[in-house]
Amino acid sequence: MLLPILRRLAEMLFVMFGISVVVFGIFFATPGADPAARIAGRNATPEVLAQVRHSFGFDEPLPVQYVKVMEKLFISRDLTSFVNRGEKVIPAVVESTPVTLSLVFGAAVIWVVFAIIMGMIAAATRGGIPDRLLMFLGLVGISMPVFWVGSVANLITQSRFHHTFLFSWVPGLGYTPLTQNPGMWFKQLVIPWITLAILYIGLYGRVLRANLVEAYQEDFIRTARAKGLSERRIMVRHALRTSLITFVSMFGLDFGALVGGGALLTEVVFNLPGVGRLTYVALQSLDLPFIMATVMYSSFFVVVANAVVDIAYAWLDPRVRDAR
Amino acid sequence: MSDATTDATLPKTAAAETPEGPWRVALRKLFRDRTAVGAIIVLVLIVLACCAAPLYAKYVSQSDPFQSNLDGSITLDGNSVDIMQADTAGLGLGVTPIGPTWHGQYFFGADNQGRDVAARMLYGGQNSLLISFFATVVTLVLAAIIGTIAGFIGGLTDTVLARLLDVLWAFPVYLLAISLSIVFISKGIQIGPFTIPSNSLILPIMIIGIVYVPYVARPIRGQVMSLTRSDFVLAARCLGVPSFRILVRDILPNVTTTLIVFAPLMMALNMLTESALSFLSIGVQPPNASWGTIILDGEDLLYTQPMVAIAPGLAIIITVLALNFLGDGVRDAFDPRAKLRVKKD
Repeated sequence: MLLPILRRLAEMLFVMFGISVVVFGIFFATPGADPAARIAGRNATPEVLAQVRHSFGFDEPLPVQYVKVMEKLFISRDLTSFVNRGEKVIPAVVESTPVTLSLVFGAAVIWVVFAIIMGMIAAATRGGIPDRLLMFLGLVGISMPVFWVGSVANLITQSRFHHTFLFSWVPGLGYTPLTQNPGMWFKQLVIPWITLAILYIGLYGRVLRANLVEAYQEDFIRTARAKGLSERRIMVRHALRTSLITFVSMFGLDFGALVGGGALLTEVVFNLPGVGRLTYVALQSLDLPFIMATVMYSSFFVVVANAVVDIAYAWLDPRVRDAR
Repeated sequence: MSDATTDATLPKTAAAETPEGPWRVALRKLFRDRTAVGAIIVLVLIVLACCAAPLYAKYVSQSDPFQSNLDGSITLDGNSVDIMQADTAGLGLGVTPIGPTWHGQYFFGADNQGRDVAARMLYGGQNSLLISFFATVVTLVLAAIIGTIAGFIGGLTDTVLARLLDVLWAFPVYLLAISLSIVFISKGIQIGPFTIPSNSLILPIMIIGIVYVPYVARPIRGQVMSLTRSDFVLAARCLGVPSFRILVRDILPNVTTTLIVFAPLMMALNMLTESALSFLSIGVQPPNASWGTIILDGEDLLYTQPMVAIAPGLAIIITVLALNFLGDGVRDAFDPRAKLRVKKD
């Protein structure tokens, strides 16, 4: 059991190293432009440029530059923004992490619950009208740009129907920490949660339905029927259990990817000050140190999350555990 | 893409006398699928409408959708109406662009610069379609090359390529796209004598195309690997058929099917990615427009003239939905063993 875990961890470290090299390459070693000018932002004075060149070691060979940048990012953690003079990058990223986690956790709960309900109803009525309708709605959900859904949600809940009893409870856009006012935290996040969940409900509902329909053709379902079990029991205890395997491994990947930047668009539309919005603000001002830090930290989070999911998965599933 | 089409026509003509080639069977299946045919019709209509953008701007909207028009006015039902109207709410100091007229001019209203949103949508649609189409071509071509090389040659080449794909695959798509965009779009690229300006459409095409390569290259590599070990390839090797010929005659046609199944789904994904990047202002750059940038323009007017943001969003949804439906149909027709297709008929 220990060996596969170690191997997976080694793999994780390799991928992290690879990503750091790719990010470094994109930001510092792309041909055709002066990286110092990019780091320093628009309208940088020659003094600032010289300072950037010196502190990032641009006159030294690439491997030395790589080490210097990684040191700034992960060891001394004193990478500073040149657009907003002197603002430390890493603390800002750490500070905005709870917002992103709040958004993604809530959305995940909604999407898992609704996707399971949707997949089960569709599989139970396969070929019928509810099935077709749900699968169509699922495809619509997958086909909508999330930032547009967010804008329309804002239009409805903040403006057009805000004065009606339906949405008068929706507070203005923004974020209140859970520890400060749990009620407000919840109210401000409900609409963003639903917005973010819609895409995934469609995706997971469709995948779950396909897996359930497949499971229904297995011999053990026929055996269960022959034993005289009720349809509900067959669905929940027999078909759903095996179908959830894909669901769970997909969930691990998507959850990681969302925390690591996928929630960016939702955060921007709903003005939630998470890591994604931080990246967005930095994008608007071409603040490269900020973008580099959020990209690096977020991708590392995703990689670690994936490794954890894989290990947990191996732990849970005896077939995977023994196959390794 | 031209590779795929020549490949697609070759076996068809060769199989003219024999009962029916696999390509023809697949196409016949596809055209019998009513949803898929409906999706194709919708897509053709959208493409035609976007191609007609210059005609629309000239004869219907009668304004230049790339020129701001803050002082203009149009005649509606015999009355002259300003395009930028004085605010009635608050202090009445600002101006609000005209809302949807549902007539030829300013059908969906005007944006903040007094430009016709409907005409801009048709022009923007051209860019959205172009980018998502060519990004798909880039993804499929690169993925086919990398996947086939890795799977067919194996050994060290495979290890290196597979590891590279692993790294890119673990990289969240949007973050990779953002990193590439911000670096290239802030200053453009200059490599030797070639200069790609920062507002060129080539940049979003390349960025979106590259970002999704691992998603297609990994399954292709697996497929090529299992084909290389299959009995008919072994038989060909025993007969002394050269490797290159095996690659071209036995392996590539199989890979082509996979690429065709991927194409509409990738294009749908690319369209969503393009709109997202443009919405973040790192996709299509002004003065060019795309459906994503028009939604971004509409964001400022969301509570006053919501149609500016809603209309291009609906255009994206309809196009992506049609592509997804087409993708389902193509998969059913070309890959009947696909896992997702268990029931039906």
